[in-house]
Amino acid sequence: MGLKNLGRTSRKNLVTYLIAVLAFVILEGMVLTGNISNMLEGQLVPICAYVIAAVSLNLTVGILGELSLGHAGFMSVGAFAGALFSVSMEDTITVTWLRFVLALIIGAVAAGAMGVLIGIPVLRLQGDYLAIVTLAFGEIIKNVLNAVYLGVDENGLHFSMKDSIALGLSENGKVLIKGAQGIVGTPRDSTFIWGFALVMLTLFIVLNLIKSRTGRAVMSIRDNRIAAESVGINITKYKMIAFSLSAALAGVAGVLYAHSFSSLVASKFDYNLSIQILVFVVLGGIGSIRGSMIAAAVLTVLPEMLRSFSEYRMLVYAIVLIVMMIFNQSPKMVEWRKRVFAGRLKGAGHNAAKKGGA
Amino acid sequence: MALLEVSNLGIAFGGLQAVDKVDLRLEQGGLYGLIGPNGAGKTTVFNMLTGVYKPTEGDIILDGKNITGKPPATISKAGIARTFQNIRLFGGMTVLDNVKVGLHNQVKYSTFTAVLRLPPFFEREREMRGQAMGLLKIFGLENDAKQMASNLPYGKQRKLEIARALATNPKLLLLDEPAAGMNPSETEELMETVRFVREHFGITILLIEHDMSFVMGLCEQITVLDYGRIIAAGTPEMVRNDPKVIAAYLGG
Ligand SMILES: Nc1ncnc2c1ncn2[C@@H]1O[C@H](COP(=O)(O)OP(=O)(O)O)[C@@H](O)[C@H]1O
Ligand SMILES: [Mg+2]
Repeated sequence: MGLKNLGRTSRKNLVTYLIAVLAFVILEGMVLTGNISNMLEGQLVPICAYVIAAVSLNLTVGILGELSLGHAGFMSVGAFAGALFSVSMEDTITVTWLRFVLALIIGAVAAGAMGVLIGIPVLRLQGDYLAIVTLAFGEIIKNVLNAVYLGVDENGLHFSMKDSIALGLSENGKVLIKGAQGIVGTPRDSTFIWGFALVMLTLFIVLNLIKSRTGRAVMSIRDNRIAAESVGINITKYKMIAFSLSAALAGVAGVLYAHSFSSLVASKFDYNLSIQILVFVVLGGIGSIRGSMIAAAVLTVLPEMLRSFSEYRMLVYAIVLIVMMIFNQSPKMVEWRKRVFAGRLKGAGHNAAKKGGA
Repeated sequence: MALLEVSNLGIAFGGLQAVDKVDLRLEQGGLYGLIGPNGAGKTTVFNMLTGVYKPTEGDIILDGKNITGKPPATISKAGIARTFQNIRLFGGMTVLDNVKVGLHNQVKYSTFTAVLRLPPFFEREREMRGQAMGLLKIFGLENDAKQMASNLPYGKQRKLEIARALATNPKLLLLDEPAAGMNPSETEELMETVRFVREHFGITILLIEHDMSFVMGLCEQITVLDYGRIIAAGTPEMVRNDPKVIAAYLGG
C-alpha cells in the first residue's frame, strides 16, 4: 500500500507519528553517545508524561469541546494509584516491566473511573459546569492526598488522616503514603523508552478514536448538540467515552511521571500544572493532536535549555510562546502553512486528492 | 393506519400557548406542507415531533408507537429526521463526515474496534463512505466531500442538511423552510430533488415553506397554522381559496 492510497487524515497522522519517532531517535542517540546535559536527560520521562497529558487533555478540550481545569488531578490519581501498587509490590513482583505494566493499568483504570464519577453528574448538564467541577476536583484531590497516611503490616492496611503514628503500625510495618511527603521509594521503573512507547500508544488511541464513528459522534456534539441529537447520537454516552478516556490517559501520564522519581508528592499536581497542560493544548492549537505534542515537548525543554541565558530566560520563553501562538493560530499563518505543506505533498505525487477541491 | 398520527398537540411557553389542539394525519409516502404566517407555531410543531420540546398536551404516534415526549435521539431511531430553519451543520467537520454522522445508527462498530483498527472498522467505514457518497451525489455535493461544512455556500449547506437527515434512514422527513435564501432556479431544482427523494426512498415528507409556489407545486396536502391553531387543511386548491387563509396572510 503506497502513500498515495492513504487519505489526507491518515497522511497527517503518519507525519505526527514520524515526528515522535524522529524526536525519540535523536534524543536517544544523544543519550547513548553521552551528548546530553544532565538537566535534559532528567527531563526525558517527564516530557513524555506532559506530552501524554497534553494530548489527552486535547481530547476533552479540542475534540469534545468541554473545558477541563483539573487535568493534573487525574494525573495525580493515576500517579498515586500506580506508585502505591509498585511500592507495595516491589518485593512480590520482581519483573520490572510486568510490575510497571500493571501499575500503568491500575493508574489508568483509577483515573478513568474518577473521570466517570465526575462525568456522570456533570456531563448531563449543558454549559461550562465541567470547568468549574474539574477545577474543584483538582484542588480537592490534592488536599485529600496531602492528608492521607497509609501503612501496611502483618495485620493488613492501616489508614489515617492524622499522622503516621496514628497508623499504629507494628515494628515491621511500612508506611506507604506519608501525608504531605507522599509516597517515598517508588521503584524507578519508567525509562525514556517506556515514555516513548506510551506516547506512541496514546497517539495511536487518540488519533484512531478521532477518525472513527466514535470520534465523529463526539465532534458532532461539540459542533452542534441539537443537530447531533437529531441524527440519533447519544450525547451523554459519547461525552462520557471521550472524557473518561481523557482522564484514563492522564492517569497513564501520572504513572509514568511517578515512576521516574523515587518520591511522589500531591502538591506537584496542582492548579498550576493543570493550567500549564492547558497552555500546551491552546498554544499547540485546540483540536490539533500534533500541536499538543510539540508544544508540550518544546515548552517543557525550553526553560531548562534557556538556563544559560540566565535573566533573559523568561524573555526568550515569552517570545517563543508568542511565536508559537502566531504560527498555530493566526489565520494568515495557518493559510500559509497549508499552502506550503499542501504544495509539498502535491509535489510528491498526491495531486489526485486535490483535484476535487480546486 | 397512518404513518404519523398527531392528536390534540399543544405546548405553552409561560403564558403563551404557542401551539394548540393540532391534529395531523400523514399517510405513508405522502408529501405534506405546513404553512402559516411568521410565529404561527410551525417550527414549534417540528420541535415537538422531534423531541426538542416536550408537548404539554396531546399524543404523537409514529407507526403505531407512541413517541410523545421521547428524547430526540430516540425519536431519530424511531424514524423521524429533520432539517432546521437556521441551518445546524457540524461546521468543524467535512461535508462527508457530516453525512457519516447521519449514518451513525445505520452502520455500526464499537469504539474498541475503532481504536484497535480491527477488520470490521475498515469494512464498515468503506460501507459508510459508499452510502455517504451516494447521498452526496443525489444533492450534487460529491465534489465538495472534503470541504469543511462551514465553507459551503448557503444553498449547498441546506442540501447537506437534507442529505444528513436522509442518512438516518427515516420514515418521515421534516424540512423546515428548505428553500429559504435560495434563488428561483435553486428553488426549482430543490423541488425536483424533494420529489426524487420521496420516490427514491419511499418516505413521507412534511415541509414548512414560505415560498407559496414551492408548497403549492409540491405538496399534496397542506395544513395552515395561525396563532398555534389549524385554520385550514386540504389540497393546495382548497387551501389557496380558503377565506380564512387569505385573511391570515393578508392580516399578517
Ligand atoms: N423556546 C421558546 N420559548 C418561548 N417562546 C417560544 C419558544 N419557541 C417558540 N416560541 C414562540 O412560539 C411561537 C411560535 O414560534 P415558531 O414555532 O418558531 O413560529 P414559526 O411558525 O414562524 O416557525 C412564537 O411566538 C415564538 O416566539
Ligand atoms: Mg419557523
